[in-house]
Amino acid sequence: MSDKTMTAEQAVSRLESGMTLGIGGWGSRRKPMALVRALLRSGVTDLTVVSCGGPDVGMLAAAGRIRKLVAPFVTLDSIPLEPHYRAARESGAFELMEVDEAMFMWGLHAAANRLPFLPVRAGIGSDVMRVNPGLRTVTSPYEDGETFVAMPALRLDAALVHLNRADRLGNGQYLGPDPYFDDLFCEAAEAAYLSCERIVDTAELTKEAAPQTLLVQRHTVTGVVEAPNGAHFTSCAPDYGRDEAAQRKYATTPWAEFAEGYLAPSEGAGS
Amino acid sequence: MTATRALLLPPTRAEYCVIACAEAWRGDGEVLASPMGLIAAVGARLARLTFAPDLLLTDGEALLVRPDGTTEGWLPYRRHLTLVTGGRRHVMMGASQIDRFGNQNISCIGDWERPKRQLLGVRGAPVNTLNNPTSYWIPKHSRRVFVERVDMICGVGYDHAAGARHHRIPRVVSDLGVFDFATPDHSMRLASLHPGVTLEQVREATSFDLTIPDEIPPTREPTPDELRLIREVLDPDNTRTREVGS
Repeated sequence: MSDKTMTAEQAVSRLESGMTLGIGGWGSRRKPMALVRALLRSGVTDLTVVSCGGPDVGMLAAAGRIRKLVAPFVTLDSIPLEPHYRAARESGAFELMEVDEAMFMWGLHAAANRLPFLPVRAGIGSDVMRVNPGLRTVTSPYEDGETFVAMPALRLDAALVHLNRADRLGNGQYLGPDPYFDDLFCEAAEAAYLSCERIVDTAELTKEAAPQTLLVQRHTVTGVVEAPNGAHFTSCAPDYGRDEAAQRKYATTPWAEFAEGYLAPSEGAGS
Repeated sequence: MTATRALLLPPTRAEYCVIACAEAWRGDGEVLASPMGLIAAVGARLARLTFAPDLLLTDGEALLVRPDGTTEGWLPYRRHLTLVTGGRRHVMMGASQIDRFGNQNISCIGDWERPKRQLLGVRGAPVNTLNNPTSYWIPKHSRRVFVERVDMICGVGYDHAAGARHHRIPRVVSDLGVFDFATPDHSMRLASLHPGVTLEQVREATSFDLTIPDEIPPTREPTPDELRLIREVLDPDNTRTREVGS
């Protein structure tokens, strides 16, 4: 069986400008920041980013890498409004497909199930329909006759996610309370790159943890990157909480100044 | 000051707000109470500890917890969304803007294409309003929040809810009073004034015409036991005054 371990740089070298890229985690929680940092060091740009947005979106927006964003929100949680995302939106920097959280989830489910869409009871009556004129509705063929949004599949060229543990084959384990949509991102993508706090032997994954912590299966994973502290400054429960001081610094420092230190090669991947 | 003396002080505005929020969940049964904002959260826990003992509460992350913090269930985001569409939830959201039919905005101020001020995004407001009862908690009642028309409809109001069989906005609570939509055209009505607030104050802080009943009831008084729970158990550090001053 194939060993899929690689470095963050090797993972990013497989991405191309213009791709549709899904990023796991949620807000400022378990974001694959080591992979995002490697992406920021690369020249990859013109991306369609699909994310329950946090600093991943803020940084890629500040760096001008986003052509289009698909998201229900962008937030740093403890700092409700993401400053770089705000600045980008207020200057009209990129196209936005703003959808509801449930629409977002069912869009990933549709892609994972190779369906063109899934019906969702969300969006109708709201301005999500006005700002996304491409959205279509579908009416139940059964007696109820209710009309739903036909949420299109959110197919991804690539996905980036960060979990607590993985083996070298790509079996990924979360040890925190919430899987977020990370497994769906991997299933919806042509290629998924999974970073983790620690790579362990397969047998060790379930030595002390229940099998249902094995969130991501290896057939959905292309590359495994060991990145200790790889979600920093976002949280990665139970390994560590959010580094609020580091997040505050990010949120209050002009991007160019922050990026100088943050993207310097001396800062090892995941540090 | 001793605890006993503290309990003799009359209810503050913030405490009337807690009561008004708590009342939103009265009679809801075994559903998830999802409060957003500090006072709404104290209200939900107060309801759970008193007149709505079957309510479910979360820790704000992925766990269902009892008021003492004991874990009783697992509710990650994806299951939370299923609970929403299953209807077994009553959420109390915030609103950057709300209009007279209860349309709510948390996405952006100004033109969506290039907003004057980007806010959070629609989040789950569209799915919430079409699937489970959605109330609102607004700590600072002003013309900037209570607007004639919202800039981006996130939460769906009554004038956009035709055919939405599970749509319901039980109440809007602000620091001035309680509002509902019990009018023939489902436009907003003043349901009660918090003690100490005048009708004129509400009118001045609202950009649209409210329906005003002939007799305006006051928001009900907290019971001595409720005051004790708020002051000594649920919010002993008095963080509620940070959201609503006296």
